[in-house]
Amino acid sequence: MSQLINKTGFIEDDWQGEILPFDAFWNGQDLPEEEPFGVAIDVATDPFDLQPWFGRVDMIVIPFAGFADGRGFSLARKLRQLGYQGRIRAQGHLLVDQFRAAMRVGIDQLEISDDLAARMPEHQWKAVPLSDSYQSHLNAA
Amino acid sequence: MYSYSNFDAAFVRDRVKEFRGQVERRLDGSLTEDEFKPLRLMNGLYLQLHAYMLRVAIPYGTLNGAQMRQLAHIADKWDKGYGHLTTRQNIQFNWPKLKDVPDILDALADVSMHAIQTSGNCIRNVTADHFAGAAADEIEDPRPTAELIRQWSTDHPEFAYLPRKFKVAVTGAPNDRAVTKAHDIGLRMVRNKAGEPGYEVVIGGGLGRTPMIGKVVRDFLPRADLLAYLEAILQVYNLSGRRDNKYKARIKILVHETGLEELKARIEETFARNQTLLEPVDAGVVARINASFAPPEWDRRAVPDIPHLDAGFRSFLDTNIAAHKQSDYAIVTVSTKPIGGTPGDVTSEQMRVLADLAERYSHDELRISHEQNVILPHVHRADLAVIYGRLREAGLHTANIGLVSDIIACPGMDYCALATARSIPVAQKISEAFSDLQAQHDIGDLKIKISGCINACGHHHVGHIGILGLDRAGVENYQITLGGDGTETAAIGERTGPGFAYDEIVPAIERIVNAYLDIRESAEEAFLDTYRRVGAEPFKAVLYPESNKANAA
Repeated sequence: MSQLINKTGFIEDDWQGEILPFDAFWNGQDLPEEEPFGVAIDVATDPFDLQPWFGRVDMIVIPFAGFADGRGFSLARKLRQLGYQGRIRAQGHLLVDQFRAAMRVGIDQLEISDDLAARMPEHQWKAVPLSDSYQSHLNAA
Repeated sequence: MYSYSNFDAAFVRDRVKEFRGQVERRLDGSLTEDEFKPLRLMNGLYLQLHAYMLRVAIPYGTLNGAQMRQLAHIADKWDKGYGHLTTRQNIQFNWPKLKDVPDILDALADVSMHAIQTSGNCIRNVTADHFAGAAADEIEDPRPTAELIRQWSTDHPEFAYLPRKFKVAVTGAPNDRAVTKAHDIGLRMVRNKAGEPGYEVVIGGGLGRTPMIGKVVRDFLPRADLLAYLEAILQVYNLSGRRDNKYKARIKILVHETGLEELKARIEETFARNQTLLEPVDAGVVARINASFAPPEWDRRAVPDIPHLDAGFRSFLDTNIAAHKQSDYAIVTVSTKPIGGTPGDVTSEQMRVLADLAERYSHDELRISHEQNVILPHVHRADLAVIYGRLREAGLHTANIGLVSDIIACPGMDYCALATARSIPVAQKISEAFSDLQAQHDIGDLKIKISGCINACGHHHVGHIGILGLDRAGVENYQITLGGDGTETAAIGERTGPGFAYDEIVPAIERIVNAYLDIRESAEEAFLDTYRRVGAEPFKAVLYPESNKANAA
């Protein structure tokens, strides 16, 4: 099992719908017509290739195989830069200490293992200050 | 000098608080050692051979007297009364205790300093020409650019877990004193044909086990586009840089394996998108940064003639003074390399003397150079004699800048967990072998750089004479490279051949220097020029006389 986290703390998973692999767009699989559906991408996916479907995708799941692999931060930010407005879920090994960065690059929620959630309980996540950053200061209008 | 805004001040305090919490969470088991490691590294804390080491950031090498005095205080209170200046214009403390580190960070924050991003796989402390704002040859002060990059790169959410460390250097002068071509990104401030200011952007330089000279990826980048372009380079690197092998993870390998043209196309595509997406940098922020680097109010006094210089002062003036923008001013470089000393080590007492001299005689400014020396950038020529006197009392008067004993050396096996050989004792012995300063003046401009392992922290690849200490079956062995150059005419030194044992390396260096003295065309022909004229052969002949005889036989 796993634990979902967003800015408010530990949350229940309210996702209802399918999560398809990115290849589903190419291998002829029928895409759900009515229900929301999500796409699980690979760290090597170029967000640019997903752009044509942004309007139809309700959630993109980005894997974090290990906390030291920062590609997911760039993937999330690039998705936002390309105009994706749906939900972004980061899934895997992410630390409390990376929560601030995750929120800033446009990730909405994190899904971590129960083991990790036990080691890093909710109060630690809620204590992370999501105050403004150098980057927002530099671009302040 | 840049002074902290309320935001800067609050930011560094928040980071100290965060690190204090991380230390506690490591101790209570919330964080594993593996997870804690990058967090402490991003706060400058290494685990070395004998103890922790804390690397304090000195952004682009600039600090004031109060900051230097606080470093002296930290050295006395939490360390062993000295600090070590590094080749990235930072200062390291070699003996802090983990439990004291949050308090040290708070003491740094008291004087607008920190240790953020001095280590780890993130954008490191940005470096710049140590003569910035003072040098006579400068087109433009690089520090406003460096400060802008410092702010942009600090705690950047996208770029804190890169494939590997990432180093940026900026120069505003045609004479490159910032080794920009050996950086992941090197920026050279230039003007285009219309006279507009911008940057030449070089990527993929680096030393380490695969030394490479950086390549120009953009001839002219308009100034306003800087951050959008840097974001593009970093995003492409973060997504495409290799993560399977830490020795192949730097951007130089990506450039090498992907090819400059292909990589450039990807960077330009991302940049074009950034240009339409990223907000321009707030003009108020830029104006505030620029204003903080306005030149000081120059002191207009007569420069007195000093009729009878003593010999020591005369050679100090010969070597340790560089031309200032203002003709009645001078740039004074203070050598941290007395004969037989440890390059870059400064005692707390010396730090206080330097702080005092800066406050009284250098418009309250000091610089740390990547050559591990300290600079008083704005000294009125009328004050040179009194400064020399104070430096002599403090043992800081060695007149050897740019000479054979002005050696860069990494900490080596005396401190470093990665080292495979000693560096500091080799530097000390070379310096003792050439202890006669007059002889050093005769030898002239000669940069010796020593690394105690293949990671090349001592920049040996760009030393006119480079020394690399390795471990050969448990025995130290020193390889020599010749002809390296870290300036605008950058070159990687070439290996001469088999290495030398610990007790053979200093005589080998002496043979090289003597050969140079024999074959130079005149005293004006510097070592590097001679090497470029005659090549490696005459030096190999004196380094390996036996193999020469064997070949002749």
